[in-house]
Amino acid sequence: MKNVLNRAVGHRLFWPLVMLAALLLINVIAVPGFLSITVNSEGHLFGSIIDILRNGAPTLIIAVGMTLVIATRGIDLSVGSVCAIAGAVASSMILASPTPNNVGTVTGALLTALVLSLGLGLANGLLVAGLGIQPIISTLILMTAGRGIAMLITEGQIITVNSVPFAFLGSGFILGVPVATVAGVLIFALAALLTRRTAMGLLIEAVGINPEASRQAGVRARGLKFSVYALCALLAGIAGLILTSNQTAADANNTGLFIELDAILAVVIGGTSLAGGRYSLAGTLVGALIIQTLVTTVYTVGIPPIATMVFKAAVVTAVCLLQSPTTAAALERWRSRLATRHLQGVAAKAGAAR
Amino acid sequence: MTTLSASLTPRRLLDRVVDVFTSPKSGPVLVTAILFLLMYVGGGLRYHGFFAGQVVLNLLIDNAYLIVLAVGMTFVILTGGIDLSVGAVVALSTIIAARLLQLGWSPGVVIVLILIITSLLGLLVGLMIQVFKVQPFIATLAAMFLSRGLCYIIAKESITISNPFFKAMANIRISLGYRLSITPSVVIALVVLVIAVWVLQYTRFGRTTYAIGGGEQSGMLMGLPTARTKVLVYVISGFCSGLAGVLFSFYTLSGYALSAVGTEMDAIAAVVIGGTLLTGGYGFVLGSALGVLVLGLIQTVISFEGTLSSWWTKIFIGALLLVFIILQKVLTSRRT
Amino acid sequence: MEESPATAPLENPAPVVEMTDISISFPGVKALDAVSFRMFPGEVHSLLGENGAGKSTLIKALTGVYSIDSGVIRLDGRKVTFSGPAQAQAAGISTVYQEVNLLGNLTVAENVMLGREPRRFGGINWRAMRKRSAEILSGLHLNIDPGSLLNSHSLAIQQLVAIARAIDVQAKALILDEPTSSLDTEEVAELFRVIRTLKDSGVAILFVSHFLEQVYEISDRLTVLRNGQLVGEYLTEELLRIDLVQAMIGKELSVLDDLEAQVHSTEKDRAVGAKSRTFVEARRLTRKGAIAPMDLSIDEGEVVGLAGLLGSGRTELARLLGGVDRADSGQVSVHGEPVKLRTPRQAIKHRIAYSSENRRSEGVVDELSVRDNIILALQADRGWLRPIPRKRQDELAASYIEALNIKTPNADALVRNLSGGNQQKVLLARWLAIAPRLLILDEPTRGIDIGAKAEIQKLVYGLAENGMSVLFISAELEEVLRLSNRIVVLRDRKKVADLPNDGLSVDALLTLIAEGAPAPSHTIGAES
Repeated sequence: MKNVLNRAVGHRLFWPLVMLAALLLINVIAVPGFLSITVNSEGHLFGSIIDILRNGAPTLIIAVGMTLVIATRGIDLSVGSVCAIAGAVASSMILASPTPNNVGTVTGALLTALVLSLGLGLANGLLVAGLGIQPIISTLILMTAGRGIAMLITEGQIITVNSVPFAFLGSGFILGVPVATVAGVLIFALAALLTRRTAMGLLIEAVGINPEASRQAGVRARGLKFSVYALCALLAGIAGLILTSNQTAADANNTGLFIELDAILAVVIGGTSLAGGRYSLAGTLVGALIIQTLVTTVYTVGIPPIATMVFKAAVVTAVCLLQSPTTAAALERWRSRLATRHLQGVAAKAGAAR
Repeated sequence: MTTLSASLTPRRLLDRVVDVFTSPKSGPVLVTAILFLLMYVGGGLRYHGFFAGQVVLNLLIDNAYLIVLAVGMTFVILTGGIDLSVGAVVALSTIIAARLLQLGWSPGVVIVLILIITSLLGLLVGLMIQVFKVQPFIATLAAMFLSRGLCYIIAKESITISNPFFKAMANIRISLGYRLSITPSVVIALVVLVIAVWVLQYTRFGRTTYAIGGGEQSGMLMGLPTARTKVLVYVISGFCSGLAGVLFSFYTLSGYALSAVGTEMDAIAAVVIGGTLLTGGYGFVLGSALGVLVLGLIQTVISFEGTLSSWWTKIFIGALLLVFIILQKVLTSRRT
Repeated sequence: MEESPATAPLENPAPVVEMTDISISFPGVKALDAVSFRMFPGEVHSLLGENGAGKSTLIKALTGVYSIDSGVIRLDGRKVTFSGPAQAQAAGISTVYQEVNLLGNLTVAENVMLGREPRRFGGINWRAMRKRSAEILSGLHLNIDPGSLLNSHSLAIQQLVAIARAIDVQAKALILDEPTSSLDTEEVAELFRVIRTLKDSGVAILFVSHFLEQVYEISDRLTVLRNGQLVGEYLTEELLRIDLVQAMIGKELSVLDDLEAQVHSTEKDRAVGAKSRTFVEARRLTRKGAIAPMDLSIDEGEVVGLAGLLGSGRTELARLLGGVDRADSGQVSVHGEPVKLRTPRQAIKHRIAYSSENRRSEGVVDELSVRDNIILALQADRGWLRPIPRKRQDELAASYIEALNIKTPNADALVRNLSGGNQQKVLLARWLAIAPRLLILDEPTRGIDIGAKAEIQKLVYGLAENGMSVLFISAELEEVLRLSNRIVVLRDRKKVADLPNDGLSVDALLTLIAEGAPAPSHTIGAES
């Protein structure tokens, strides 16, 4: 029994899951009907949990890509800008089309946006893997310039899109489940399959843990890095389309603003170290859910929603301090001191008994 | 003339020039200086009234706060770190100023309080980085979240500042003759700049800042106080952000939670374009100030052009960043 | 030679530095075991030993980087404890490290003076700093601009700047840790001139180098360490080179006699058998600062032993063949076909596997499981799109765990949690999984227990039996002699001998390593 408990506590997902459960508990106490899910006349699911799953989908989608990037010892700051660009491209194409409600038009627009996103990811990959520039810096360029490019596409306007097929992406339902949620689940599953059913995950982890040993074992880090940056940007494009569709408008300034930070946060909370190496997509899923639940909790508890950022700061700080080697060393010292004290206590008791 | 040509044949002169331009220390900042001059001369030839002295002074007036930010950021980047919190700290400072002035606090107390708070925030960040080995990127990200969040908690809406001292600071023009003038903020920014130049060049703390960027381990083995210095650069960045926030509130006469969004990127871009290597160890604060002026000049050119929209600024800045980062890469790889 | 110049200081009864019975332990290793060491004023004292002998630990104990578990350090007769290099330096013990530990991004003047820079008006007085450093540098006959950036100068000059920094603090004792490893002959001569100047001014100098020529040229006294223990302190002029090398390498207690008998019995069979084909052949392979132009050929099924001291070029040659480093010039052919070995990937394509001497940093991926480590090279070779089926992975892992007797709870255990010997076996399994034609083993038995060592030796022997070529590197000559069909001796980055292993003795090898020429009773040149 104690053994099972120890193993559960030692699992890398234990603390994130506890955190998620605690947040949900707060909500349940604050709002009694929090967990209930209702079905409306059209067979669509509604409820706070469904909201969390739908609104958290874009962050999750980006965080999946970010997880792989971080596992290679990298980071991608440009995802927010890629979101904005993808949204801007699709919206302006639909707006310019004479048949905005045509499924073909929308599909074309979406594909164009995604191809462009992929291209931007390859550009990041070129700087990181091709030229060997630090990932933070490489992606900082697109982060800065990307918003400008998005505005260039929208000509500085907020483009409102009235297209039924496009709106479906952000607010539609498939079998009663929001499309965004379905997309999130599908992408998560595909990413898990892609990395774990091929050898990609293994090679990414090897490169992240020990680049030189991997090189000597014949692993081609360059191709892997290209792939993960391309994938990350592609996923950012998808998230951007969902966000834009949900707001029914492309806002070059605000679509996906700060989403890179949320995504990185989700990855870190999920237990993937920013130093690279072993990663956990399941952890990232939990991390993304925690962030979205946190946002919801702030609403339901009645704290001004804008204060969410303070909570995020607290979470980042707590996670980093917990992961810190200094903390680990201090805990270790404390534990060994406790142990000796315990031993001394036992010895004293034994002495007293005798 | 003869002595000069005797010691410096054209060939050797050329070699010297090539050396200076390909040195990671002086190369990038020279390229920036030339770029600035070209843009200035090009703008002057193209647009009427561009050559007016006040155009240059307006660059300083509009970007005084950014110069102060870039100074703090230079210290951090010289050590190989980064500070993402500066934009949010500027916003926090403006909103503290606006709120406390609204409550009737005296401006002097408010300003001192802001500088203390932001320095303390920098101290916390520095300790997280040095003691707990948190990556600068993440530690300053937390500080950014915290500052923005606190902004919203203090005030959601924009607060107008009507304090007479702040108004005076916004409106006073210091005449330089020939119908040229600057604001007190420019004077403050320039004073900060001069102090920073002196500290980096003439104090052990300043040289240790460079030493950390060049090789923290070596610096430690040479007996330099690397740990203390690494914490202090974040305190300096915090202080500079606070001061920049005060200058920004002089400039806008308001406090607003959403002000200065993305300013950290402008500061980083200015520092990089100003020739400081993002990996640390090389760079000058004067270069960063020049970087700010280049960014300002891009905006000025775009406004003079009239037909170009404001978003081109961001694209230009991104493109410049790209060019400079590749340039840095080439220069540093040549070195090793 | 009534009175050699070295004897006067040698008779000086008062050492500047006296370390007595110093012991230092790291988790699992006794790095120094009751080692004593002395430094006399006006004398160059060389510290010698192979990898893991404890040289750098001793230096770090003296400079306060490591704290000592037991023992006493005396400076000028007074007991001292340093809590860091800064304190040691303040007390007069300065160190110049192998990798120049200076700041390339700062000026030469700063690198000499920083930490005790002259001041004026509360700030650094640059003019005085440049002037003072120029004086110190010209004292070393080094005329460079003190205002120039340090990394605009060659490594040799940087090394001299480091010495300038060290002597400016009025050092009583100067530690030079492998200062010559990256210098060419002229630069070494320049450095030695400086060392002699310092010596004449009464500084006690500790010198570390892998090059025996240099050691004999510059030092008055030698101390040899082996496996964390003191072998002895000698006067240079009284110690023959061969005895020095023997003291450094030592003679292993032969607990592996069975194996040896086995090898030697089949040795003869093989000699009788038909001449096998040449697998790999290198012609004039060169890399600056690593090896001088070198030829080497390895037959199929042949075990070639590379003998030589650390820094002799043994690892450097192996890395070139494994594609880990790139050669500046020279040609390698496999089965007579010229091949390119510019990356480990290319080498692996030709079925050449290099197992690094740095097991932890370049070998195993310690956060991955035993299974993942074993299949890594095979999987990398197949590419990520063609994953090895899980069942096959399990089979591979299970068969190697059994065949190599890897002690692990299961294939899912992280390699990090395995002992050194078992990590080495995992690494070997990784390379065996790609079925190499040539396996390059760089010190595969270093720092592992005797049982694992015997198993690895047995394995190498068995592999060669089955037609695999092996290039075997070890600091232990007995091991090299026991396993190899042919032995190539390297010395100071050059090949000095290439001879079949029939009746070679450890002493004969020692002579070759120490002198570069055979002892009179042996003949070389059987090859060619």
